Amino acid sequence: MGKTLAEKILSQKSGSDARCGDIVIAKVDLVFAQDTTGPLTVRQFQAGNAKRLANPKKTAIFLDHAAPSPKREVSNDHQLLRQFAQKTGCLIYDVGGGICHQIVAESLARPGDVIVGADSHTVTAGGLGAFATGMGSSDVAVIFALGKSWFRVPETIKIALSGKFGRRVGAKDLILHLIGDIGADGATYKALEFGGEGLASLNMSDRFTVANMAVEAGAKVGLFPADKVTRHYLNSQKRGDCYQPLSADSDAVYENTISINLASLEPMVAKPHTVDNVAPARSLKGTKIQQVFIGTCTNGRMEDLAIAAAILKGKKSHPQTRLIIGPASPQVLLSAISAGYIRTLVEAGAVILPPGCGACLGLHQGVLASGETCLSTANRNFKGRMGSPQAFIYLSSPATAAASAITGEITDPREVS
Amino acid sequence: MLKGKAFKFGDNISTDHIIPGRYAHLRSNLPELAKHALEDADPTFASRVKKGGVIVAGNNFGLGSSREHAPLVIKMAGVSAILAKSVARIFFRNAINLGLPVLICDTDKIDDGDELKIELKKGVVKDTTNGNQLTFGKMPDIMLRILNQGGLIPYIQKYGDFKL
Repeated sequence: MGKTLAEKILSQKSGSDARCGDIVIAKVDLVFAQDTTGPLTVRQFQAGNAKRLANPKKTAIFLDHAAPSPKREVSNDHQLLRQFAQKTGCLIYDVGGGICHQIVAESLARPGDVIVGADSHTVTAGGLGAFATGMGSSDVAVIFALGKSWFRVPETIKIALSGKFGRRVGAKDLILHLIGDIGADGATYKALEFGGEGLASLNMSDRFTVANMAVEAGAKVGLFPADKVTRHYLNSQKRGDCYQPLSADSDAVYENTISINLASLEPMVAKPHTVDNVAPARSLKGTKIQQVFIGTCTNGRMEDLAIAAAILKGKKSHPQTRLIIGPASPQVLLSAISAGYIRTLVEAGAVILPPGCGACLGLHQGVLASGETCLSTANRNFKGRMGSPQAFIYLSSPATAAASAITGEITDPREVS
Repeated sequence: MLKGKAFKFGDNISTDHIIPGRYAHLRSNLPELAKHALEDADPTFASRVKKGGVIVAGNNFGLGSSREHAPLVIKMAGVSAILAKSVARIFFRNAINLGLPVLICDTDKIDDGDELKIELKKGVVKDTTNGNQLTFGKMPDIMLRILNQGGLIPYIQKYGDFKL
C-alpha cells in the first residue's frame, strides 16, 4: 500500500513504516521560536535543566512579531533571546531580519525535512515539501534539547487541483474558498496534500500562501510535492543542492479527496470573526474600510507586492483609508525597491513597514480602534486580533486589498483597471 | 477526582479570545497576563472563576496561535480541566504539556454553572446538578503519561527521552 507525503516524510525521519494513526518519534531537521513564544521556550528549556542545544546550527530565534520593539517589556524579551542565542550558538535573526516563515522558506527549509516552530504558521514551509508544523513552547524547548519529538501520523485529505486561475484571482482566493468549504476545523489533526495538474500554475509564492493557511482549517500540515517549480525556486535562492523530488505514491490512501477547478474561483473575502466565514468580494461592495494591510507570512512576498503595485500604479489610496505595506523579508524589500514597487506604493499613499509581522497581531504598526474595519492580506481575523475587540477584520488577496485601498470599500479587483 | 463549577463557552474560542496579541508584552509577567484570561470571550471570566473551575466549550476550542500562554493563563486563573466537543491540535498538545486535562465529550448536556465531578482514570464526567453522566474519549498513551507527570518538562526530566 502506498504512502501519502506525510507518511513518507515521517517514515524516513522516524526510521519506521509510519502509517496514519501511528505515533512515531521523529528527528527534527529545523526548530525555531520567535519573540512572542521564545521567552517561554527559553524558560522551559532552563526549567528542564537543559544545558545545550542538540543542533545549534539547526535551531533559530527570530525577532519578528514586535520588531523593532514597541514596548519596554518586549525589549526585555528581545534581550533575553539575544543572550540565549549568544550563549547557545543558535542562529538569530534580529529586528528587521524578516518574518520567521519567510526566512525559513528562503534560506532554511528543504524538501523532505521535518520542521517545528513555536508558531502556528510554521506550516508555510509545506509549500516546498517540508513536514512543517507549529507547536508550543514546551514542545519546542524539548526539541531544542533533544532534536526530536513525537508525532501522530496524520490522515490526509487530498486537494486535487485542475485548471488555471482567472484574471486577478489567485492562491489566497483558493485557500479562502477551501477553508470556507471545509470549515475552520475541517482538517483538524489532519494533513492537507495538494496535487493535480492545476499545481503547475501555482508558483512557489502561491504554494507558501496556501500552505500557510492550512492551519486555519485546523490542519497539522499543508503539503505540496517537490517538483520543477520547487527546484526552480531553490535554484533561484542559490540552494539548488537542497532539492530532492518528492511526491506521494500513486496508490497512497487518502481519507477524502476534494476537487477544485481553479478557473471556477473568484476573489474571496473572509468576514469577521472567523476565517471560514467567506463570501465573494463582489457581495461585500459598500463595506467601508479605514485600513488596508498588505503583508505578513501569507502575502508579503515579492509576487504579492508586484500585484499591489500593478493595481495602485498612478493611483492614490482613498483619503479615508490608510494603506500599510509590510514586506516579509529584507530580500523582498530589496527586490521591491529594485523593481520600483516601493516607489509606486509610496506614491499611492502607502506606509512601508520594516520586514516583520507588522500589524498582523495587534501589537504595533497599525493597531485598530473600536469600530474600525481593516482589510488585511493576513491569515486571521479573530475578534481582538489587530487591536480593539470592537474592530472588524476582513481577509483577502493582495489584488482585492489593493483595489479596495483605492475605492475605500471592499471591491472585486476585476472591477478596477 | 476533580471538582468544579462549569463555565460555558461556544464554538471556535480562539487563542486571541483567550489571550490576545495586544497583551503579548505581558508574556514574561504571567500573574498580570492571567488577569486577562478569556477576556474577549467573557470579560468577567477571570474575576469570577474559582480554583477548580471547569471550562465547558463547544467545537474547535483553542484554535489559532501556538502560544502556550493560552492554556497557561487558563491554568493560572484556577481552571482544573477543559471539556469540549473538539479542540484544536496545538492547543491540545500545549494544555497537556502543562498538565491541564483537556477532555472530549458532548458538552451540550452541561449547563453553565452546573457542578461537575471528573474522574480522569474512569473517563467519566458527572454533572451533579442535573444528574447526567458523560464519558470522554481516550487520549494517546504518550499524552496520558505526560499528563500524569504533570506536564512535558517533568516527563522529560523523569524519563530523559520520549517513551512510546
